[in-house]
Amino acid sequence: MRRSLLTVCVMFALAAPVFAATPPTQKKIQQLEARIKALEANAAAMQKQTADALAALQATRAEVEQIKAHQDTAIAAAQTAPAESAAIAAAPPQTAPAGANGNAFNPAMSVVLNGAYAHGSLDPDRYYRAGFALGGGSGPPAQGLSIAESEVALSANIDEKFYGQLILTAQNDKSQDHIGVENAFIETTALPNGFGVRAGRFFSDIGYLNSHHAHTDNFYDRPLAYQAFLGSQYGDDGVQLRWLAPTPIFLEFGAEAFAGNNFPSGGAAHSGVGVYTGFVHAGGDIGDDTSWLAGLSTLHSKAKGAEDGFSGDSKLYLADGTLKWAPNGNLKDGGVTLRGEYFVDDRNGLYTAPAELQLGQSAFDQTWNGQRRGGYLEAVYRINRTWEAGYRYDKLWADRTGPYASEFDPSRNSVELSWLNSEFSLLRLQFSRDVPNPFNVDNILTLQYQVALGAHGAHAF
Amino acid sequence: MNKFLIAAVLATAGALSTQAQAKLQVFACEPEWGSLVQELAGDKIDVDVATSALQDVHQIEAKPSLIAKLRRADLTVCDGAELEVGWLPMLIQQSGNQKIASGAGSFMAASQIVTLEKPTQLDRANGDVHPEGNPHVQMDPYRMLTIAKALDARLAQLDPANAAAYQQRFADFSTRWNAAIKRWTAKAAPLKGRNIVVHHNSWIYLTTWLGMHEIGSLEPKPGVPPTSAHLASLIDITKSSHTLAIVRAAYQDPKASNWLSEHSGVTAVSLPFTVGGDAQSKDLFGLYDSTIDKLLALTKSPSP
Repeated sequence: MRRSLLTVCVMFALAAPVFAATPPTQKKIQQLEARIKALEANAAAMQKQTADALAALQATRAEVEQIKAHQDTAIAAAQTAPAESAAIAAAPPQTAPAGANGNAFNPAMSVVLNGAYAHGSLDPDRYYRAGFALGGGSGPPAQGLSIAESEVALSANIDEKFYGQLILTAQNDKSQDHIGVENAFIETTALPNGFGVRAGRFFSDIGYLNSHHAHTDNFYDRPLAYQAFLGSQYGDDGVQLRWLAPTPIFLEFGAEAFAGNNFPSGGAAHSGVGVYTGFVHAGGDIGDDTSWLAGLSTLHSKAKGAEDGFSGDSKLYLADGTLKWAPNGNLKDGGVTLRGEYFVDDRNGLYTAPAELQLGQSAFDQTWNGQRRGGYLEAVYRINRTWEAGYRYDKLWADRTGPYASEFDPSRNSVELSWLNSEFSLLRLQFSRDVPNPFNVDNILTLQYQVALGAHGAHAF
Repeated sequence: MNKFLIAAVLATAGALSTQAQAKLQVFACEPEWGSLVQELAGDKIDVDVATSALQDVHQIEAKPSLIAKLRRADLTVCDGAELEVGWLPMLIQQSGNQKIASGAGSFMAASQIVTLEKPTQLDRANGDVHPEGNPHVQMDPYRMLTIAKALDARLAQLDPANAAAYQQRFADFSTRWNAAIKRWTAKAAPLKGRNIVVHHNSWIYLTTWLGMHEIGSLEPKPGVPPTSAHLASLIDITKSSHTLAIVRAAYQDPKASNWLSEHSGVTAVSLPFTVGGDAQSKDLFGLYDSTIDKLLALTKSPSP
């Protein structure tokens, strides 16, 4: 049947050129005959495949019949069992992949939308943080309505050895839209013995929050220490080597090298590799209710004209700890998350004032040798599936000497309340009392929405 | 600092790599699969069970301890059908263990059988729907047998040295299981045709097997918490349908089902749902025994 249909089709197709029968047409006819033969062979192969599939189906049926034979035919066999067995047998055990159209191998796609209304009592132009530079993701939130970071993420296995991820972000900064590449990296999936290598643009795995995307944070904005020492979040072009130890507790070691384009580094005077990091993370369980994760990290940078005017060696040390408690570990139904991180920032180099501050001809340089510290502690209480409340205390310790000398140490208190409609959407109300300098207090109120569309993302601990 | 780090890494690596691991290491996502693999393999393997009967497996934290367990696994046995989508992919990625990422080392129970309630329309407006159908397959004994057979073959494939033992253990298990199915089906005859209201749509395989009917759900849509408006409408349905019970799993908060029970006069009951869900559910056989006993007990008490 199929064969004859095919022949008819081909005859039709041939009909037109036959009227102009010239020697080349003869050749064409021969070619077409060859194609018909190939198609016939193809059809035969397909018939065989169908027959094979039928045989397999029958085999499955026979198997189920066998299972059925085991059971007592007297008991309700006519009522439930046959329907059940037929249902199981209705398809082969392995589900066949969906049609091989061009989209079947599309990467998993997810979209995070984020928007907020923020109001600070202090005029942003009068805002300064004693002892610390602002800029590059540091400072008070944008006033009024805005989309905070909204992003599109694409990810998939590339082949049997690599995984790839691209995250594009849309941000509005001073009424200008910016599309940025947040992540663009490939990662090995098949290295033996717990090793993993990542290359491209990604967030460093130092500390706790740094590698976490902002939409998984418990608060609207990053802790002051992250703003002051990492420009909110340190991501850059680089490579990473990780090793997960074969221990009963979670124990991971890693090292990274980055270009050093972004704060706290800066400038390309270091032949393209200016930042080195190292980190250790450990974690485990305490009984059924409690889990913990702790880490020690360091980031070394050779900066040349960084955003805060620094050139020289900077060393950053971080300690982080997270404790999650919930009855039977069901944190989504009620529980407590405690987290703290502590930063020590060591500078040894020169300070050059930004161009706009340089009065007259001579650049006004001064040595910058000093240490600053920062940290935060937060507690989030998950009340139930839909409500969550949190408190965070931020503190920065300024340097008493040097270019940013200050006798005052900025601090901030924040409380938040989140309403989680589902796993995919939340509304968050946050109030922060920020004391950035001895003369001002900024009372900041934010109302934020945050949703995730598309592929169901899995979140790290 | 860096030198010290490298030295520490190498020292730990050296110390640990000398420990040869002879037995197949199995990571079971849920207790029912831990129990099944134990039936099929006994002491030929080591099993880590990732979750307990008192945990909501839709909502597991990607805990560091689970990464450490996956790091040493040769085989993961999980429900599949996206039940673990919120945590397992992240854990596998962080474990860097290519053996269990896909292929022979990844065994998904729901992929071995035909699932029920496959949605025709994929829209999160309908709640947390699973594109591959309802993943809670463990309460259908026939499907369990099909899954057991496939799992046994997988064990033999990964650990050929013990293939004969696995085969023998499956034969033994299927004999006992088939005998048990007979027993359960006979015993559960009074449940046929009875109506239940459920907390979450996790009982479709049980009700289909026993010929029971699910007439309502406390969650208006899967994964969406009960709202008072929805609960109010459920009272009438529950009251008027000669309902046997309001059923929840051991891990679910009893508040909603107790509330409905108070307002409808129908008893709320906690079923084990998986191995370890109550004192009697020490293994798969106990799980089925306990589930049927608890439902049968309700048929004997005077219903409103």
